[in-house]
Amino acid sequence: MPFQHTVSGRVYKFENLRVLLAKASPARSGDQLAGLAAASAEERAAAQLALADVPLKVFLAEPLVPYETDEVTRLIFDSHDHAAFSPLAHLTVGEFRDWLLSVEAGSVELGRLVPGIIPEMAAAVSKIMRLQDLIAVAAKIRVVTRFRNTLGLPGRLSTRLQPNHPSDSPQGIAASIVDGLSLGSGDAVIGINPVTDNPSTVAILLRLVDRIRETWRIPTQSCVLAHVTTQLEALRRGAPVDLIFQSIAGTEAANSSFGINLALLDEAEQAARSLNRGVPGANVMYFETGQGSALSANAHHGLDQQTCEARAYAVARRFHPLLVNTVVGFIGPEYLYDGKQILRAGLEDHFCGKLLGLPMGCDVCYTNHAEADQDDMDALLTLLATAGVNYIMGVPGADDVMLHYQSTSFHDALYVRSLLGLRPAPEFEQWFNEVQAELPRMAAMIEA
Amino acid sequence: MKDLRVFTPARVSLGRAGSGLPTRAHLEFQLAHARARDAVHHPLDAAALALDLAPLGLPVVRTASEAPNRDAYLRNPNAGRTLNAASRESLAALHGHFDAVFLVADGLSALAVHRHAAPLLACLLPSLTGWTLAPIVVAEQARVALGDEVGPALGAAMSVVLIGERPGLSSPDSLGAYLTWSPAPGRTDAERNCISNIRPEGLPYPLAAQRLLYLMNESRRRKLSGVPLKEEAALTPSA
Repeated sequence: MPFQHTVSGRVYKFENLRVLLAKASPARSGDQLAGLAAASAEERAAAQLALADVPLKVFLAEPLVPYETDEVTRLIFDSHDHAAFSPLAHLTVGEFRDWLLSVEAGSVELGRLVPGIIPEMAAAVSKIMRLQDLIAVAAKIRVVTRFRNTLGLPGRLSTRLQPNHPSDSPQGIAASIVDGLSLGSGDAVIGINPVTDNPSTVAILLRLVDRIRETWRIPTQSCVLAHVTTQLEALRRGAPVDLIFQSIAGTEAANSSFGINLALLDEAEQAARSLNRGVPGANVMYFETGQGSALSANAHHGLDQQTCEARAYAVARRFHPLLVNTVVGFIGPEYLYDGKQILRAGLEDHFCGKLLGLPMGCDVCYTNHAEADQDDMDALLTLLATAGVNYIMGVPGADDVMLHYQSTSFHDALYVRSLLGLRPAPEFEQWFNEVQAELPRMAAMIEA
Repeated sequence: MKDLRVFTPARVSLGRAGSGLPTRAHLEFQLAHARARDAVHHPLDAAALALDLAPLGLPVVRTASEAPNRDAYLRNPNAGRTLNAASRESLAALHGHFDAVFLVADGLSALAVHRHAAPLLACLLPSLTGWTLAPIVVAEQARVALGDEVGPALGAAMSVVLIGERPGLSSPDSLGAYLTWSPAPGRTDAERNCISNIRPEGLPYPLAAQRLLYLMNESRRRKLSGVPLKEEAALTPSA
């Protein structure tokens, strides 16, 4: 179906909904790389005006990625709840934005809509929202999850302690864990990216964290972020697996490039659940996403990168994850060129994730080949915290010495918690207050 | 508290100024970032690299991708995945039947390649007895997937791309190795095996060579690479 909008007598035509969404996207290098971006600022504004007039029902009429050949599309359409959608059925994208911003759209109302909203609707409305809109609406939505503690409650900001080491040294990883715990980091998860993707490494590192956690009775959970198949093999060999992690994307072909599909993730969730290591009914999955991953795998089907990203959240929500975060600035300048593009993408991803019912966190980050620096991260961190982000990363000194990029530090979390009066997960906060005086002893255990 | 810095190069035990970093730690970070930014833009000296690789005993051929400069390379990854016309001709002239080709590529850190490619290969090549190896290919403004074009261009059953990784603040010179069985344009990352962070302070040359040798042997034996080919056997970190 074609769309159009007229500006001062000039008619802008958009041949289909994919083209319209791409041209309406705020500027970013990845859409330019894909040849999908608006050719001028006026064309972009015209596309946004045209998009605002599109009825939400149109998104249900025709999948943007073919139903027959894409299991993510099938998941989105087969799990769509028409009854939950009915209050929105008469709205256009523009009216949807107005309603989201209205007083009538409270936490309860937004929560009820979740199964009725598909990712393409969330992406569409985000494209005509300013940063303050993305923040204001996301701040109304709380998504609470549980494993050994409770994440996502109002007034809370959690952190993933990320103690990576360039050669997976257990002592080195333990040192970063101790440093982070002593600064109140690690309530979302203690999550290690291993250098080497093999089941033995996963098992060794999981046992390391488990020993620290049990010795100090820390109400948190652990994860080693190897490929899902590697974690499953470690689990079969008896490793203490709390959460299973996987990077996911918004199309079947992109997921295939990651070596995964929905059936494999089903198997992973069942396996983690069968260990019963968390509270009854605990959330056991951890996912990471990021704009540009589908295009990077040449698996974007002509869709703009932000709409692809929102579709990844449909994959995530099927598995009731404890944690989901966009790794927003990790992918590089060919997708998000500079601090301004990273800033907007981080807030878009958080908004879309929350609107789709996910416990959304964010890896506020950048690489050394992007035009970005610590000032840009301070801005994104502060804005995300005001938007109610569930968690951020905690990396020693903001410098990940294994993955070679900059994320948020233990200090950054202290700054934003102190600034905005935010606190860690309640169980973790209570633990920290009780053991704080004894924590210096933890360092002495590393050599033992 | 005990100084945690003896255990890790990570920025631990930094102290605090209120919630934030003390001035010295803050400014040292800024310096490290400045140096990493400079490393990204440091050009590959292909002639010098070819001289360093010459003693390994294999012919060395110089190539370049279609990205004419660093800015084009950063903005358009596809340009870095395609050989330019002159390079395609050079490789066609060398076409044969090889078990593997080593592609040494600048990637995002020419510094990494200059420092670590030759010493790593010096550790590895003596173990590859019975392998017919293609000439070593040096490539400028190159990405990992350039190996998918170089492999078939030379007639190699496997490509091993040694490439400069994204500079980190404390590691502007980290080398990565990507192995692909039956390289061909369109291969995905799930079809490769990767060993990263090769440098003396990270994964030292002998250990990296051992892991790579294992993967190369297994890949050749099972005729595949990527997710189904897991690293095992004495490859776990020391406790």
